[in-house]
Amino acid sequence: MQSMGEALGLAVGLVLSGDADLLEIVLLSLRVSLTATAIACLVGLPIGALVAIGRFRGRNAVLILMNALMGLPPVVVGLLVYLYLSRSGPLGFLGLLYTPTAMIIAQAILITPIVAALSRQVLEDLHAEYAEQFRSLCLTRWQTVQALLWDARYSLLTVGLAGFGRAVAEVGAVIIVGGNIDHLTRVMTTAIALETSKGDLALALALGIILLVIALGVNAAVQAVRMTAARQAYA
Amino acid sequence: MPDAPAIRSGAIALASRSTALLPLTVRDLVLRVDRATVLDGVNLDLGASGCTMIMGANGAGKSLLLKLLHGLMPPTAGRISWGDHAPSQVTARQALVFQKPVLLRRSVAANIDFALKARGKDMARRDALLDHVGLSHKADQPARLLSGGEAQRLALARALATDPEVLLLDEPTASLDPASVLAIERIVNEARDRGVRIVFVTHDIGQARRMADDVVFLHRGRVAEHTAADTFFPEPQSDAARNYLHGTIVV
Repeated sequence: MQSMGEALGLAVGLVLSGDADLLEIVLLSLRVSLTATAIACLVGLPIGALVAIGRFRGRNAVLILMNALMGLPPVVVGLLVYLYLSRSGPLGFLGLLYTPTAMIIAQAILITPIVAALSRQVLEDLHAEYAEQFRSLCLTRWQTVQALLWDARYSLLTVGLAGFGRAVAEVGAVIIVGGNIDHLTRVMTTAIALETSKGDLALALALGIILLVIALGVNAAVQAVRMTAARQAYA
Repeated sequence: MPDAPAIRSGAIALASRSTALLPLTVRDLVLRVDRATVLDGVNLDLGASGCTMIMGANGAGKSLLLKLLHGLMPPTAGRISWGDHAPSQVTARQALVFQKPVLLRRSVAANIDFALKARGKDMARRDALLDHVGLSHKADQPARLLSGGEAQRLALARALATDPEVLLLDEPTASLDPASVLAIERIVNEARDRGVRIVFVTHDIGQARRMADDVVFLHRGRVAEHTAADTFFPEPQSDAARNYLHGTIVV
């Protein structure tokens, strides 16, 4: 087996050479996963907020369902999206299968429950602190949701990060609906899977190291923003 | 003792007050929390103006009475009428300042903006309100980094931003230094002078002497007495209030 040192050297070499194929794969990975995260936040955060402040029948069942959906198997999500987008499926006429859009849809479905469930916990804690003051100010439900989302914005960055982490590291769904087509739908994880199956473990490892560094960079950036906010008592 | 922070009086011109919310009538009010009876048949009448201090030992039910009056929770039994209105119908015409101010994770100015916007008030009043409570110089600072006294003045400014007809205060000066206490009292007195009805919970006998027009003394979930201030302090009518004023421990 090729050594880790060889893989590291290859990874550094690939980055330093400014390999166009590598850059394309990295950028597509980021575009797909960041877009999916943004969509998941747009949908998941209001759901998390409404469940956090709501007191309704069946709330516990909703909480259990939200938490359970955090563990959605990516291949199952990929398969469902595939069935909907395939030529004979209900959305087949859109022609989205094997496109980055299909990958974004699959990843968004995968991480929306993560964003909703984690934000629900964050917002419920904040609401416990604010609830009486908000009732005293006679806020509407929508005003309450807006205020909670804004005041928890730095904590919610971590929630978004958890979603992005899951999306960018995911391979099962994107390989089914994206197809790992070179120059079209190949992302970091599917490229790693392909190189591994071809036996080019050094290249696979090198891509893995680059993926790890990207994840580390995004985490560090968010952490820096959070620390600044914490110093101002905004987090 | 350091000087109290300078507060410009009369910085905010408030419209003349309707007294439709008053008198307040409370009849046979009972509140049970987790099977414990916190309020056990409270009867109370408050007139149209002035400052009523609610006093009593810890656990007497003062804070919960305030929340019931503000419509934040329903009573177990009994009736509260603000004029002809139930408390929950007139929450928006009152403001409640909590013992521990709940400030948003925003700047000082943004905390005022929030209240003005929530109630559809004139946003241009923000600077006058901050000036009124002596916090203009801290407008851009994070609200949660304010000192205890500053935080409570901000909470008061936010309450006044909603143009309340009744201002309910739940021990707003507990654990504040004397200068901050006087600053809070000055703001509350100015609101009273403009016609805002004040209902003020306190443990501070000196503060009650300085501010009260009348005193409601709660003991074991009941009104032990409701007396004019100039009677209450020299000649308390109930044993519970007499013991409290003389420092005898009452359980």
